[in-house]
Amino acid sequence: MAKNILMDSETIDRTIVRITSEILEKNKGAKDLVVIGVRTRGVHIAERIVKRIHKLEKIKPPMGTLDITLYRDDLRRKTEWPKVERTEVPFSVEDKEVILVDDVIYTGRTTRAALEEIMDFGRPSSIQLVALVDRGHRELPIQPDYLGMKVNTLSSEKVRVHLKETDGKDEVIVKKG
Amino acid sequence: MTFQRKHILGLEELSAEEITLILDTAESMKEVSGRDVKKVPALRGVTVCNLFYEPSTRTRSSFEIAEKRLSADVLNFTLSHSSVTKGETLLDTARNLEAMGASVIVIRHPMSGSPWLLARELNSSIINAGDGSHEHPSQALLDLFTIREMKGEIKGLKVAIVGDILHSRVARSNIWGLVKLGAEVRVVGPPTLIPKYIEKAKVRTFYNLEEAIEGVDVIIMLRIQMERQDSVYFPSLREYSRFYGLTRDKLKGADKDVTVMHPGPINRGIELSSDIADDASSVILDQVSNGIAVRMAMFYLVASAGRNQ
Repeated sequence: MAKNILMDSETIDRTIVRITSEILEKNKGAKDLVVIGVRTRGVHIAERIVKRIHKLEKIKPPMGTLDITLYRDDLRRKTEWPKVERTEVPFSVEDKEVILVDDVIYTGRTTRAALEEIMDFGRPSSIQLVALVDRGHRELPIQPDYLGMKVNTLSSEKVRVHLKETDGKDEVIVKKG
Repeated sequence: MTFQRKHILGLEELSAEEITLILDTAESMKEVSGRDVKKVPALRGVTVCNLFYEPSTRTRSSFEIAEKRLSADVLNFTLSHSSVTKGETLLDTARNLEAMGASVIVIRHPMSGSPWLLARELNSSIINAGDGSHEHPSQALLDLFTIREMKGEIKGLKVAIVGDILHSRVARSNIWGLVKLGAEVRVVGPPTLIPKYIEKAKVRTFYNLEEAIEGVDVIIMLRIQMERQDSVYFPSLREYSRFYGLTRDKLKGADKDVTVMHPGPINRGIELSSDIADDASSVILDQVSNGIAVRMAMFYLVASAGRNQ
């Protein structure tokens, strides 16, 4: 199967540095920020963003993990339901600026589920979306506020983000279907 | 692995992997109960019916809360209000509920095996909430969950189950589960309340409480079920309590970190002396809140598997 590398390790590093700076610029620092990653790879990107914020601002924003399985809108259609992993948001989101982090934005349905789940924890003052890759084909009116790169894809292609924490190395690839 | 069962009827038929998947899923579900909004949309549009032919407050409430936290629609059908009093058979009642749209039926019934009958005859998913003196899978799963949470791992633990083993569906389900997950199980009680076939299960039988709990990590106390003592199994409650009631003195021989559990409701002064009941109360209340998480996991898994069959 043919594959194309969209981002290598250095590009991913630089992208996370840039996105973090944009977050801090827009929110005028890190005072009211909380960072929530969507399982699995969104969590690792979120961890890197938190680390970078800590380095720049000397503040470590609280970090949470979201498993959106129980909020999926396709449970009724799916023949095999995914295993439910743990959601952990051990802090209040009330009146916070929530930075929601995912690896790839595609149809927007994962983000929709994540938004609904966050709302069940309280009423944040805003939710801002970070995605490393936007591969298009949106089915809902949802757009990222901070984006690594946009890439045109066919629905039949697969975009995969590999990260050191889960896959041994950092890269973003697109595979022909 | 994925869960392939449409029904959860008993622990005898579940594999160690399936039990572990239920417990892992329950761990994720537990978090939902700690939120401001204690509800997730996973079972939206699914109708669950609680069909209870025996009085029960805590088990039925726990099932109902679990159903509501998953956003299912809940229909309660209890003995006193039902058409059973008008002579309808179990199967006819259940078929009616299915016709009303129930896709999961939780059943408690005094006759052993009745959940299997429904599973065979209906299209709905069936969850056994206790059948006669046969099985009570949700109670055993929540006991296993609580033990795993307290001790880290079930494999290698020594667990004593004390009391009326003969009539206890909790004991029966717990024995299956504990043995499958690798615990060493001991049962103890008066000879009249230890069933003969227990020798076939991989458990050790004791008739003396102090001997049985020597060095154990967990003690599961069973309730003396006054409503089931239809003939005389022991001379008097006082005598039973003297030999098989757990007191601080008798507890000395167990592991110093021993956990005492009880499925509730406690007969204070009979199975547990009042001070032990107070000491154990935090675990017993943990069992109650873990029960909701375990039942949520059971619903999620059968609803998922039920779609394919």
